[in-house]
Amino acid sequence: MQNLCLMIVLAPLFGAIVTGLFGRTVGRSGAHWLTIIAVGVSFFLSVVVFWRIVIGGEPSYNANLYTWLESGGIPFQIGFLIDELSATMMVVVTFVSWMVHIYTVGYMHDDPGYQRFFSYISLFTFSMLMLVMANNFLQLFFGWEAVGLVSYLLIGFWYTRDTAIYANLKAFLVNRVGDFGFLLGIAAVLMYFSSLDYAEVFDIASDMTGVTISIWSGQDWSLMTVICLLLFVGAMGKSAQVPLHVWLPDSMEGPTPISALIHAATMVTAGIFMVARMSPLFELSTTALSVVLVIGAITAFFMGLLGLVQNDIKRVVAYSTLSQLGYMTVALGASAYSAAIFHLMTHAFFKALLFLAAGSVIIGMHHEQDMRKMGGLRKYMPITWITCLIGSFALIGFPGTAGFFSKDAIIEAVHASTTPGATLGYLACLFGVFITALYSFRLVFLVFHGESRMDEDTASHVHETPAVVWGPLVALAIPSVIIGAIAIEPMLFGDYFGSSIYVDPENDVLARVGEDYHGVLGFIWHGIWQKPFWFATAGVVVAWYCYLRRPDIPRRIAERTSLVHRMLVNKYGFDVFNDWFFAGGARGTGRLLWQIGDVGLIDGIVVNGSAKFVGWWSGVLRHIQSGYLYHYAFAMILGLLALLAVFVHRVAG
Amino acid sequence: MLSLAHFLLLGAALFCLSVAGIFINRKNVIVLLMCIELMLLAVNMNFIAFSHFNGDIAGQVFVFFILTVAAAEAAIGLAILVVLFRNRNSINVEDLDSMSG
Repeated sequence: MQNLCLMIVLAPLFGAIVTGLFGRTVGRSGAHWLTIIAVGVSFFLSVVVFWRIVIGGEPSYNANLYTWLESGGIPFQIGFLIDELSATMMVVVTFVSWMVHIYTVGYMHDDPGYQRFFSYISLFTFSMLMLVMANNFLQLFFGWEAVGLVSYLLIGFWYTRDTAIYANLKAFLVNRVGDFGFLLGIAAVLMYFSSLDYAEVFDIASDMTGVTISIWSGQDWSLMTVICLLLFVGAMGKSAQVPLHVWLPDSMEGPTPISALIHAATMVTAGIFMVARMSPLFELSTTALSVVLVIGAITAFFMGLLGLVQNDIKRVVAYSTLSQLGYMTVALGASAYSAAIFHLMTHAFFKALLFLAAGSVIIGMHHEQDMRKMGGLRKYMPITWITCLIGSFALIGFPGTAGFFSKDAIIEAVHASTTPGATLGYLACLFGVFITALYSFRLVFLVFHGESRMDEDTASHVHETPAVVWGPLVALAIPSVIIGAIAIEPMLFGDYFGSSIYVDPENDVLARVGEDYHGVLGFIWHGIWQKPFWFATAGVVVAWYCYLRRPDIPRRIAERTSLVHRMLVNKYGFDVFNDWFFAGGARGTGRLLWQIGDVGLIDGIVVNGSAKFVGWWSGVLRHIQSGYLYHYAFAMILGLLALLAVFVHRVAG
Repeated sequence: MLSLAHFLLLGAALFCLSVAGIFINRKNVIVLLMCIELMLLAVNMNFIAFSHFNGDIAGQVFVFFILTVAAAEAAIGLAILVVLFRNRNSINVEDLDSMSG
């Protein structure tokens, strides 16, 4: 098992190093062959691990391989914890990554940074695997930061574009905010548990429920609540929850394969994974769960709304990602960790599919991303159309597709939950379904159906993309349809996750939902008569009516409700506020410190001021040096008297 | 009967006079020299008074040394004064400010 794990992790790292450092030597085809094979090896070995742990029922593997250092009696180690949860994540990560590697061959075909790109995405695969396979907080943090770094590098991949540089800076800074909370959370764990090892921390976590800490004097906080909230701040940054979501839409400046791999399927779900991994801690704090639930609900609903007014095809999918991450977070808050991971998995497939389909459209349109200039592409790009339709159906939760099972499970679980805020979460999820259907099919109808709005030149060039691009689309479309039906029973209602996820019996909403579960077909049949399906259908119908039948309606609605429309276009003003308050505030503080602190205090008073004072004081003293002998003599006498006075005083006193 | 304090007061008074003479005098370098002599005499007065009242002869011996040195000093001072007058045509204190900063 140890060699297997090392091989899975190190194969992509090897590929990344070779293509990164010897890119010229291996050449373009060498770069893609090497990394594709390396990640392919990683994927197949992950399947082997998955097979042995999940299906073969081997006990989970937890071992430390290397001690990095030891400080204050606490070892900082590198090790692997392979249980059902990490095995699932490994397969998802390596599979999507592998597909993206293959797809990239087509997408980045003419790019001068070809080898660099493959090096980065392999490095990403390595980092993400380190993150999910970690058996301690330190390695988790290493992976966490490493994926953040690669994300930064890849958003700014086209580093000559100003917008890309702005976007990657923004992503990096916003993630620092989250990581700061995360780091504080880890520090709190280290402080109170004196260990960073998952197993040790989880073992003694339940003894810590009564412990309180006082952050400000006079106010006692439950230790578990503080730790969980801090860790969740990290998850909010990485998984783009309100209000730290602002970086994700901008990250679409990166190449499309990256949007699919990092900013939809894997990295952004690291926060969800982390909370699920920390379930033994989160279960101990209802307050933290409630916060998680409410934040998720806000993200799920309000970020979905923004997708309605975007015209950039990738940004629509990006807001949809935000909204779906909100669903996962809601599930976490409702203690339905398995449902969150289940949705994470199905979402990874269909969202990667949607992004790659969007990328395929972008290639076909010669790097045109504005949906207003598309339309009627169905005829030109049939495979992309079909796969994108499948992805959209999975996204809106059409009965039978993967998204249906995971999303319905989340909605049911939240409905059954008693965590404070669950009603809000339920309503947000329910109306979110309508919004999801509306923006998804708005995209499909605007891009693939209706009148063509392309200009003559583009229209003559549009064609289906090569097999290396549509191949991964098909390969992702298949799990997008079937994975839900296969996995729902063991994952949600079976003992799939074993001991890797802990749910307090009182909070176990999935068990309550499971009482009404009678097989996959029963679930589908049940789903058809439930509100979510009707909301989704309504969304599709509205999208059809507004964007195909009467394309003038959306504009008129926008005019009528100009206030709301403007608010949506401005993304609720988060960007404006951040630019004004945080960026402007930081600049203002900087200017203040520069003008007052540096120019005024240091240069003005300390440096120039002391010189000026010496000049002025010597000007004063110059008057004493009159040149008259008797003045000097008098000064001597005065001095003598003074010394004498001191002497007499000391002798007599 | 005169006590030690009387003599010390006389010495102090002489000293103060000489100090005032040095400082207030604006006219003549010769007056400066005279004031320095007076200062030395004031010191001598103290020496003699202490010598007498302590019954120790050393103080009086010291006064002779001081008188000798004072005589030599007066001679040198007057010599400098003559040279000064030759060079600058003045012994006015107000004019002697070449050390001014």
